[in-house]
Amino acid sequence: MGKKRKVPGINASSTADISFILLIFFLVTTSMDTDSGLTRRLPPPPEDNQEDAEIDIKDRNVLKVKVNAAGNLMCNGDFIDITELCDRAKAFIKNEANDPNLPEKHVKNIPLLGNCAVTDKHVISVQTDRGTSYNVYFQVQNELVRAYNELRDELSKEKFGRLYSALPDEQQIAIREYYPQKISEAEPKNYGGTE
Amino acid sequence: MGRFSKGGGREMPELNTSSLPDLIFSILFFFMIVTSMREVELKVQFSVPSGTELEKLEKKSAVSFIYVGPPALHLRAAMGSGTRIQLNDRFAEPAEVMDFIAEERTHMTDQAAQVVSLKIDQRTQMGIVTDIKQVLRKSWALRINYSAAKRN
Repeated sequence: MGKKRKVPGINASSTADISFILLIFFLVTTSMDTDSGLTRRLPPPPEDNQEDAEIDIKDRNVLKVKVNAAGNLMCNGDFIDITELCDRAKAFIKNEANDPNLPEKHVKNIPLLGNCAVTDKHVISVQTDRGTSYNVYFQVQNELVRAYNELRDELSKEKFGRLYSALPDEQQIAIREYYPQKISEAEPKNYGGTE
Repeated sequence: MGRFSKGGGREMPELNTSSLPDLIFSILFFFMIVTSMREVELKVQFSVPSGTELEKLEKKSAVSFIYVGPPALHLRAAMGSGTRIQLNDRFAEPAEVMDFIAEERTHMTDQAAQVVSLKIDQRTQMGIVTDIKQVLRKSWALRINYSAAKRN
């Protein structure tokens, strides 16, 4: 009695095993898939009273890309293959030779870049049929974004000597102002297809 | 001095493993934090299209998902094989997207950053996609993301 008893130390050799099991469980269930995709901004909903008030855009400023239910592509009246779309879009957005059929240029003062003639009134309009497959639509969107990305890369290499993605924020904003992304999502129509 | 004991029957010192649990625990915590267990059971099948110009989705807490595709195989008997929309844990009609978005918004701290990720099967027809987009416009969920896989 009155004798101090020694508390036996807890055997902790199995904690490693226990935590290993937990670790393996989380390793298996974890899905580190960072979701990626094409980010788009939808236009705000139309106001009731301006339902039909369409904004007047000059014909030369619009690149109409139409996709029918069979997946065929039409770009401003010509049937084209999807591989040509990127170059068509680039030529349209850039309008290097100031062609009167391509979007109009006007001088704009952009910080860091100075006064530039930009085609910021252009619109690329994508129209699809209700029966068009989503995959074709997505590839069209992908090609259009690629056109913008390539143009932005070209410009940033020329002006800043680096790729667009490597630029600091304010330079990226300047480049974006030079080549604003304008892809309009028109309501679908029936181009000889389903329904 | 200068004498080395040779062949003195030296034993390998035992490796001290007392820090091993701590080590494993820190890895464990890492995985616990990064893990995101799918909270919804997928009822539709989809294989997203592949693209080259993808951006990563940031701010996971502000993302709502809409799945579109044919019902999963075990639900085909009850639901048929037509394209369906899944919101959370159930099938829904395009018009229900509006309520879904409003409900999702109430859970969000940063409502302006709300992004709707559309996980749509490649073979879906654009009609249903457009219907969803029109409803999204009406519910002011304007930032959308067409989910896709990376392709080189």
